[in-house]
Amino acid sequence: MRTLMKTTWVELKLFAREPLTVLFTFAIPFVVLFVLGGVFGNRPADPHVYRGFGILNYYVPAYIALVVAAIGLIALPVHLAAYRERGVLRRFRASTIPVWSVLGGQVAATFLIGVLASLILVVLALAVYHTRSPQSLVGVLAAFFLGAIMFATLGLFLGLALPTARAAQGAGVLLWFVMMQISGPGAPPEVLPTALLRVADATPLKHLVVLMQDPWFGLGWNGPEMLIVLGFFVVAALLTIVFARRS
Amino acid sequence: MGTVIEVQRLHKEYGSLVAVDDVSFQVMAGEIFGLLGPNGAGKTTTVECLQGLRHADGGQMRVLGLDPWKERSSLRRRIGSQLQESALPDRLKVWEALDLFATTSLSRSAREQLLEQWGLADKRNTSFSSLSGGQRQRLFVALALVNQPEVVFLDEVTTGLDPAARRTTWDLIEQIRERGTTVVLVSHFMDEVERLCQRVAVVNHGRIVALDTPARLVEQRAQQRRVLFHWEGEPLSWLESLPHVRAVQQQGNQVEVQGDGAVFQHVAAALLQRGIEPDDLRVERPTLEEVFLQMVGKSDEE
Repeated sequence: MRTLMKTTWVELKLFAREPLTVLFTFAIPFVVLFVLGGVFGNRPADPHVYRGFGILNYYVPAYIALVVAAIGLIALPVHLAAYRERGVLRRFRASTIPVWSVLGGQVAATFLIGVLASLILVVLALAVYHTRSPQSLVGVLAAFFLGAIMFATLGLFLGLALPTARAAQGAGVLLWFVMMQISGPGAPPEVLPTALLRVADATPLKHLVVLMQDPWFGLGWNGPEMLIVLGFFVVAALLTIVFARRS
Repeated sequence: MGTVIEVQRLHKEYGSLVAVDDVSFQVMAGEIFGLLGPNGAGKTTTVECLQGLRHADGGQMRVLGLDPWKERSSLRRRIGSQLQESALPDRLKVWEALDLFATTSLSRSAREQLLEQWGLADKRNTSFSSLSGGQRQRLFVALALVNQPEVVFLDEVTTGLDPAARRTTWDLIEQIRERGTTVVLVSHFMDEVERLCQRVAVVNHGRIVALDTPARLVEQRAQQRRVLFHWEGEPLSWLESLPHVRAVQQQGNQVEVQGDGAVFQHVAAALLQRGIEPDDLRVERPTLEEVFLQMVGKSDEE
């Protein structure tokens, strides 16, 4: 436990020393949000798009999910693949630090960074655009927790499975970008063609967006979406265990 | 002095490649034991198995009385490792690395002492990526020592260092031993092993080809002679039956007779007896460098 806290703290410090990653993680979501806000304002609900919610109301929980996905799909795998590529993981394995606390530290750091980035996003959206605050805070927090852990675990798998940091970067950005466009944080799902919606159904982000939005707008806890997100987590965790043993 | 490491018939394959064929040796408490050999000889694989980083395919090993694979987590607490080709996160600072690798909270004074000893005191706030090659190696050794291990494994610790940095590192390795820590040193430098090791195993193609003190290794091999001359005629394989002759090689008109002691005298007399009088008949003793190359079969494969 003490080792896990040490590795988490070190990972947080290392993250803070990468200016580009910090900028990407914290700035991009609300820059996009502010552009949207500037273009549309928080336009009142139109029942045909954005699940019937106001545009910015719709996007705030979706962007929280997007932030969590960015850290899990890009930042973490690139970091971990670089560890493997450069022999950092080997160095840790040969010490008294178990590999599991290195990986655990990365998940924990990812989670905490996700919390901070989401808080910044929500506070700014509430303050500037007076978006709706969560109807069920417990539900939103639970959804966030599940989503962050799921994407971090997915990130571990990618970081362990992909051969190099460059490969991880390519794969991560591609996955993230596709998901951003079709899984909810991009175009409203109502305007997407059926084929793309099917593809979106296969992405974890789509389900996390709905899982975040439902308690946020007072639609209650979405059990089926929770099961799907949990399913992604279990698969990612199993793959992580397999690849961690092999590496 | 007790035995700290015991290896019997270690065997390890990577797919179809035999990395370690059959290696057995013992390391005594308090010595610097060298594993010398060319790249790809199986040295690193051997010490990786001993540190529980790889699972051996065959043989028995005991390190500090523990099975290095099955009891690797207890073993890790008692050994220190400096790995070949490893790194730390670029932006990790020197003092943070020491803190991270210490199993128990490192007191400020203990940390400063280690930094001081390894010449890293003025680098404590420098990130890993900004360290020079020598500083990185010193940091790795300091990390290997941070938990006061009973055995330290150093794998090509001076590779890539300039001559001055190598000498400094050698002094520091001797200091490790003076404090009673056993050292296993992997190297492909003859001079390094000669300077530091009490005993050395020469490894080639996954086998130990010689194991002795450095002085005796050279002494034994210094007995060896090469007799060289030109000869155009029938093969001279009958020379092999002479005393002190080990092998006869004929390439074109160049003949090389390998042997020891009085091989030259015997060859010269036998040739004369058969009326062969090569005018460039000469004998050569191997140099130190050649002793090593000879043992590892002059292989230049990586």
